[in-house]
Amino acid sequence: MLEGLLQVIIDGCASGTIYAALALALSLVYKSSGVVNFAQGEMGMFCTFITWWLNQQGLGLLAAIAGGLVIAFLVGAMVERLFIRPVARFGEFPVVLTTLGLFLVFNELAPWLWGAENRAFPSLFGNGVLAIGAARLSAESVGTLLVMVAAGSLFFIVLHKTKLGLGMRATAANAMSSSLSGVPAPRMFMLGWGFATVLATLAGVLIAPRLFLDSSLMLGVIIYAFAAAALGGFASLLGAVVGGLVIGLAETIASNYVDFIGSDLKILVPLTILLVVLIFRPTGLFGKSAERAV
Amino acid sequence: MSLLRLERLSSGYGNADVLRNISMEVGAHECVAVLGANGAGKTTLLRTISGLLRPGCGVIEFRGLRLPGVPHRVAAHGIAHVPEGRGTIGGLTVEENLLVGAYTQRSRKQVEADLARCYERFPILEEYRNRPATYLSGGEQQMLALSRALMSRPTLLLLDEPSFGLAPKIVHLVYEAIRRVIAEGDLAVLLVEQSAELAMSAAARAYVLKHGEVVGAGSRDELRGSPGLSDAYLGTAGHHA
Repeated sequence: MLEGLLQVIIDGCASGTIYAALALALSLVYKSSGVVNFAQGEMGMFCTFITWWLNQQGLGLLAAIAGGLVIAFLVGAMVERLFIRPVARFGEFPVVLTTLGLFLVFNELAPWLWGAENRAFPSLFGNGVLAIGAARLSAESVGTLLVMVAAGSLFFIVLHKTKLGLGMRATAANAMSSSLSGVPAPRMFMLGWGFATVLATLAGVLIAPRLFLDSSLMLGVIIYAFAAAALGGFASLLGAVVGGLVIGLAETIASNYVDFIGSDLKILVPLTILLVVLIFRPTGLFGKSAERAV
Repeated sequence: MSLLRLERLSSGYGNADVLRNISMEVGAHECVAVLGANGAGKTTLLRTISGLLRPGCGVIEFRGLRLPGVPHRVAAHGIAHVPEGRGTIGGLTVEENLLVGAYTQRSRKQVEADLARCYERFPILEEYRNRPATYLSGGEQQMLALSRALMSRPTLLLLDEPSFGLAPKIVHLVYEAIRRVIAEGDLAVLLVEQSAELAMSAAARAYVLKHGEVVGAGSRDELRGSPGLSDAYLGTAGHHA
């Protein structure tokens, strides 16, 4: 029983980090551009396809993933530059509509370029099982967990220990004051979209081996990610991570230990948690009520 | 040659011009005030210079060159703008706010030295260096805003109502600091203020704005001796400012 629990917790954390990565992408864009990017999951899916394609062309899996992440950065930055920035001056609502349009574009573009059939995506970690005492942990879960912890740490180090990160945080907090101090705010927004798409693609690459790669890869994941981001309070990066882990754990624990939930009803779990949290804390666990610099 | 030169500048929001036909000059190392009642266009003037607003027509020249009209590029030219309401970057600590001010500076050593100088100027900022900037009082935030601007080693400092929303005692402190910065003689200041008395305690001369136009200019003594002008900037707003 206890060994089983460890396994469930590791699996839950592994799923949780994937939701957290996507939620982090959502809050990163939300913090800087002030909008929810509904196309974030699809952009990750599209770049996961690119990774798969690079792999098909004969590139090793690691090299393909590295290439896919670099391309993801460029895709995210270009989307901001070409589609978001021109409409941003008309307000937030046009930007949200644009992201919905981009959702459809990426969702249709992938099958148009690579066909509509399901693809098997190779796993980085194989199907191995690690035995620790009596507990048996899947290499997939442990590997996912380690990669995500490393990526998350790197991300937070960049944000908090580098000048670029300072510029990004400053722009997110007060774009006007930052630009008056010489921080190139438009470039910071563009970088934010780039980093967000890298995170979304990382989530895509890690989730794809468990599912099949097709244009609906992210549809299930993005709901969890939205729940995670809302749970943490959309504008809080730390909140997105905690939200992702809570939802991953709750989903896995409930589907393993609560009989009537099983795997069919498990999508209800994050939504129920979200509903309950938002009733008592409408701004999310780490959210602050809207404060505006005057 | 003047440091900043505005010629027949018009500017505003949308199609409505707030400023019309503004011409003025600021020399190197000089402190010039812009006086005027509420709504005279003082803030619009500073926002246009720093690139937050696009001029409708006219010329803005800085050291003989046209300014790029984009805030972060204007800042890189050596113009620091402390906006109305101080523009504290909430969510960042006091020290991070100061480091954002030094964003255009390349030399790490120099930034460290400037930081030490800020803390020497306002010891309270050193004491609160790791606190979120939003926890500071209004006066402390104004000191932070001034320090952040100085971290960029500006040639021209634009100050928008540094006395805004502060208690008289704190206003006195802030202005003492401003006068000290001016006395150090490294930069020129364009100071916007509602209270003429306060502004002229720091500035040697002033332009007077009314309804978006320059209606007068002069040195401290000239302004004092001209009752017509003081009507323009005191107006009725002067009493409840």
